Amino acid sequence: MIEWRWHLVWELAPRFTDAAGKTLLAAGGGYAIAVILGLVLVLAQRTRFRSLTFAVREFVELIRSTPLLLQVFFVFYVGPQFGLVLSPWTAGLIAIGVHYGAYLSEVYRGGIESVPAGQWEAAKAINLSAAKTYRRIVIPQALPPAVSGMGNYLVGIFKDTPMLSVIGVTELMHTATAVGAESYRYLEPYTMVGAIFLAISLPAAYLISRFEKWVRRTLGMLK
Amino acid sequence: MTYIEFLQVHGGRMADGTVLTVVQFLLATVVAVAVAVLFGLMRLSRNPAIRGAATVYVEIFRGTSLLIQLFWIFFVLPIFGLNLDKFVAGFLAVGLNMGAYGAELVRGAILSVPTGQWEAAVALNMTSRKRMWRVILPQAFVIMLPPWGNLVIEILKGTALVALISVTDLMFEIRQINISTFMSVQAFGTALIVYYVLARFFVTPVMRALEHFMSRRIGRA
Repeated sequence: MIEWRWHLVWELAPRFTDAAGKTLLAAGGGYAIAVILGLVLVLAQRTRFRSLTFAVREFVELIRSTPLLLQVFFVFYVGPQFGLVLSPWTAGLIAIGVHYGAYLSEVYRGGIESVPAGQWEAAKAINLSAAKTYRRIVIPQALPPAVSGMGNYLVGIFKDTPMLSVIGVTELMHTATAVGAESYRYLEPYTMVGAIFLAISLPAAYLISRFEKWVRRTLGMLK
Repeated sequence: MTYIEFLQVHGGRMADGTVLTVVQFLLATVVAVAVAVLFGLMRLSRNPAIRGAATVYVEIFRGTSLLIQLFWIFFVLPIFGLNLDKFVAGFLAVGLNMGAYGAELVRGAILSVPTGQWEAAVALNMTSRKRMWRVILPQAFVIMLPPWGNLVIEILKGTALVALISVTDLMFEIRQINISTFMSVQAFGTALIVYYVLARFFVTPVMRALEHFMSRRIGRA
């Protein structure tokens, strides 16, 4: 008979709380990189330089169709070959940030493309600068359709942080594996990690859908 | 060592790994489709117990990470006496996880078949089984194929995780090669290209062809 050892759970609680903080830090840091990089990637695809557009487009496709795990290894191990040693945290944040940056650039692109052509033409007709066209006309309208995708990927990046454990980022998964190796108990640590992820991602998904509705209402786009 | 020499020495192992990745991918896709259809239909059931069970399944698998599920299936299930071979645990975990996402696609697609189609089937006095099989599902299938194209790529990418429970797929072989040669750019770079080629020039065209074929079959092209 297998028994669930509650005392082990209480013993591990402080370590797991600490690790959960690091998981959230990794997700938040990675997302911050992704939000900005995604913007760079989408704007680079809207310039007049065809070759730049093509190169960025292919880069985004490459990132989106290859495993994040492989990209994490790539970033972590390729640096040292050229004398650039990255810490697990740096390499992990870069990998996850670039991965989700590529996904977010597609979300932004969808948002921007959903703005009717007439809006661009009208902005041009009243002689708005490109910066002002984006800031005052395009982005306010592109945002509501993009918010839902951005929210999904925020939860997505959080759920992908366990992959950083493979290069030694001491987040939840790494901690659970370490506990398993020390105590030969896998039931409690892995179940606890699962429960912590559920406890964070389900409310987060709910809050994001509330936020999405709030954005739509604030911008006067809710029917 | 030039890149050509690198490929000559290690190409065989990479090819073996790629074959295993493709096998894992195909098996995981079969599991995912089965799970998606089953739980997608259960989510639409009128029986609250069946609907509730499906919701719990979908929320648990979508609310936690694939890596956690994989490790749970491989390290924790044996404690309960269920010993799965690493090969089976691998594609099963990927399939069960992606199937939860697929279930939502199935549910969404069935709900987006126009009400008129349901009413027409009822008016023609079709049994509920026949209505589902002959009228609703074929149309839902066409509606959900494009998002499935993305999900299938996610399945391919998901199979890379099975390397972490020592299934000797492409990811596993590449890590071994990296450890023995320290040629990280060549090793991981080649793997990136292989995954990219598989996704872009095999999986995506097959899904596009399937979309095209199916929309012709129901007379929409």
